[in-house]
Amino acid sequence: MAILETVDLEQRAGAAVLLNKVSLSVEKGEIFAVIGPTGAGKTTLLRLINLLDRPVAGDICFDGQKITDPSCDTVKVRRRMAMVFQKPVVFNNTVYENVAYPLKVRGAHGKNERSAVCQMLEIIGLGGYAGRKARTLSGGEAQRVALARAVVIKPDLLLLDEPTANLDPVNVKMIEELVMQFNRERGLTVIMSTHDMQQAQRVAGRIGVLMNGQLVQVGAPGDIFYAPDNARIAGFVGIRNLLRGYIVQNEAGIVVVNVNGRDIQAVSDLPVQSAVEIYIRPEDVVLSAAVTGGSARNSLRSTIKSLSPNGPLCTIIVDCGFPLEVLVTDKSVVEMGLSQGQEVYASFKASAVRVLPSMLR
Amino acid sequence: MQEIWQALVQAVDLIVSLDTEVIQISLRSLYISGCSILIAALFCIPIGGLIHFHDFRGKRVVINIIQTFYSLPTVVVGLLVFLFISRSGPLGGLELMFTPTAVVIGQVILILPVLTGMMINALSGVDRAIRDTALSSGASNAQAMWAILFEARFAVVGALILGFGRAISEVGAALMLGGNIRGYTRILTTAISLETQRGDLVLALALGIILISIAMVVSITMNILLQRY
Repeated sequence: MAILETVDLEQRAGAAVLLNKVSLSVEKGEIFAVIGPTGAGKTTLLRLINLLDRPVAGDICFDGQKITDPSCDTVKVRRRMAMVFQKPVVFNNTVYENVAYPLKVRGAHGKNERSAVCQMLEIIGLGGYAGRKARTLSGGEAQRVALARAVVIKPDLLLLDEPTANLDPVNVKMIEELVMQFNRERGLTVIMSTHDMQQAQRVAGRIGVLMNGQLVQVGAPGDIFYAPDNARIAGFVGIRNLLRGYIVQNEAGIVVVNVNGRDIQAVSDLPVQSAVEIYIRPEDVVLSAAVTGGSARNSLRSTIKSLSPNGPLCTIIVDCGFPLEVLVTDKSVVEMGLSQGQEVYASFKASAVRVLPSMLR
Repeated sequence: MQEIWQALVQAVDLIVSLDTEVIQISLRSLYISGCSILIAALFCIPIGGLIHFHDFRGKRVVINIIQTFYSLPTVVVGLLVFLFISRSGPLGGLELMFTPTAVVIGQVILILPVLTGMMINALSGVDRAIRDTALSSGASNAQAMWAILFEARFAVVGALILGFGRAISEVGAALMLGGNIRGYTRILTTAISLETQRGDLVLALALGIILISIAMVVSITMNILLQRY
C-alpha cells in the first residue's frame, strides 16, 4: 500500500524549473532512495513532501490524504513525518533538549519524554551525551542527534536529505545502519535522497533517478545500475563504456553494432539501421593475450593505452578502435605482465552489451 | 587625575557607607531604565520578529528608517514627548509631566529604534535551517518563531543590554520630562548633571562611576544567566 504518492508535481524558482511533473509512489515500510546529480531537484522534492514549501502544480497524497490541499492542516501532517537535512542542524542547546524538541512541541513532558529521549540516545550510541552542548559535537555525532530527533516521535515517514553527504566513512556506515535498523524494527518508511549511488544500492529497496527535475527511472537497484533506461542515466550511475553506433545486422535477436568501424555483437530486438547507444560494464570485459575460445562472442584486438591502480583493482584503458575501460585485479595485471602499449584481446559476451535506442528519452 | 582618584574613593565610600540618597537615586535609575527596557522589549521583540519573518514591499526601506533613528537625539525625544504631555499638549490631562512615567515614556521612545533594529539583526543571524528543522520537527509557526528567538538569545540579550545602557545613560529626556525633582525624578544622570553645574565635580564623577558599575553589573548578571541556558 502506498503511503506517499506525488502526482505531476511541479516546482519553479522564477523561470527555472526545479521539478517537472514528478509522479512517484512510495510503499509503506520501504526505503526509497532518490538519486541524482547535484541540482537535480532532490532537496526540492523532499521539502515539498515535508510541506516546507508549496508546489506550483501537482498533488501529494500522504496516507490517502491530499496534503497539498489548501485546507489541509499542515502542522498535523508534518507531525506524522520527520526530516533530516544534509547539513547537520542542532539547536544551540543540550543534546537532550535537541532530541526532546519534537516531543515538547507535541506537548509531551515528564517521565514519558525522558524515557523516550534516553532510549533514543542509547540507540544512536550517545547515551552519555545528554547534558552536552549539541554545538560541541562532531559532524557525525550531530547528524546522529538530528536522526534521533527525527525518529524519537516514531514518524510514519522519514525524509533524509543527503544525510551523510558531509560525513566520514565511519559515520556514514553508522547512519546507514541506524536507518536500516529503524526501517527493519519499526517498519519505518524512508525516503532518502543521495548522490552516492553505492549508498542507495546498500540501503534502498527501490531507487528513483531524478535528473534535471524529472524522475527518469524508478526501479530496484539492479534495474537502475545494470539496465538504465538511457545513456544519461547510464552515465550518471557510473557506466563507463558508453558508445554510439548503429545496427548493421539482426539475426534472431543477436545484433551486430558497428562502432567506429568495429563490429560488436549484442542482444537486442532493434531493427537494422537503428542508431543505438551501447554500454559495457568495465568489470564484464576480460583481457587475454590471445583470442579466447569461451562463450564471449566479442573478442577485439586492442592496445593498452593506460593502467591506473584503483585500490585492489586496476583500471585499464584499451584502444580497440574506440577507447574501452576494463577493470581487472592488480594480481591479474602482475600475472599477465600487462603494460602500456601491449597488444591484448578484449573479450565480452553479447549479453554483457546493453543496447539502447539512441536518445530514446 | 587627582579628581578622578578622589572620585573613585568617594564612589567606593558612597557605596560602602550605603549613602541613603545615592542608593535611592541609583535604585530609581535602575527602576526607571528597567521599566523602559521591559516595555520597549514588549514592543520590539514582536515588531522585530514581524519585520524579519515577513517579506513585504519596502522592507529594506523600513529597516533603513529604523537604523536612521538609532541616532535620535535624547533632547529631541524629550521635546517631542514634552509637546504631547505638557499641560497644553494632547495628553496634558494625564498630568504626566515631571513624573517618573514621563521619563520612562521618553526612554522607551529613545530605545525603540535601536532595540528593534538589533532584534532584526539578531534574528537574521540565525541559520534558516533552524526554522526548517523546527517546522519539520512538528513545530507550529509560533513554536518555530520561538525556537529562532531562543537560538538568537545571546544577540537578543546583547540588544537588551545595549538598550538598557542607552536608557540608563541618557540625560536629555530625563531632565526635560522628569525635571530632576529630588526624591522623585532625580536619577543618576540628572544628578551628575546637577552636581557638575554646582561645581562638585568629585561627587559628579563618583555618581558616574556608580552608573558605569550598575551597567556593568547588569551586563555581567545577564551574561551569567545566559550561560546557564
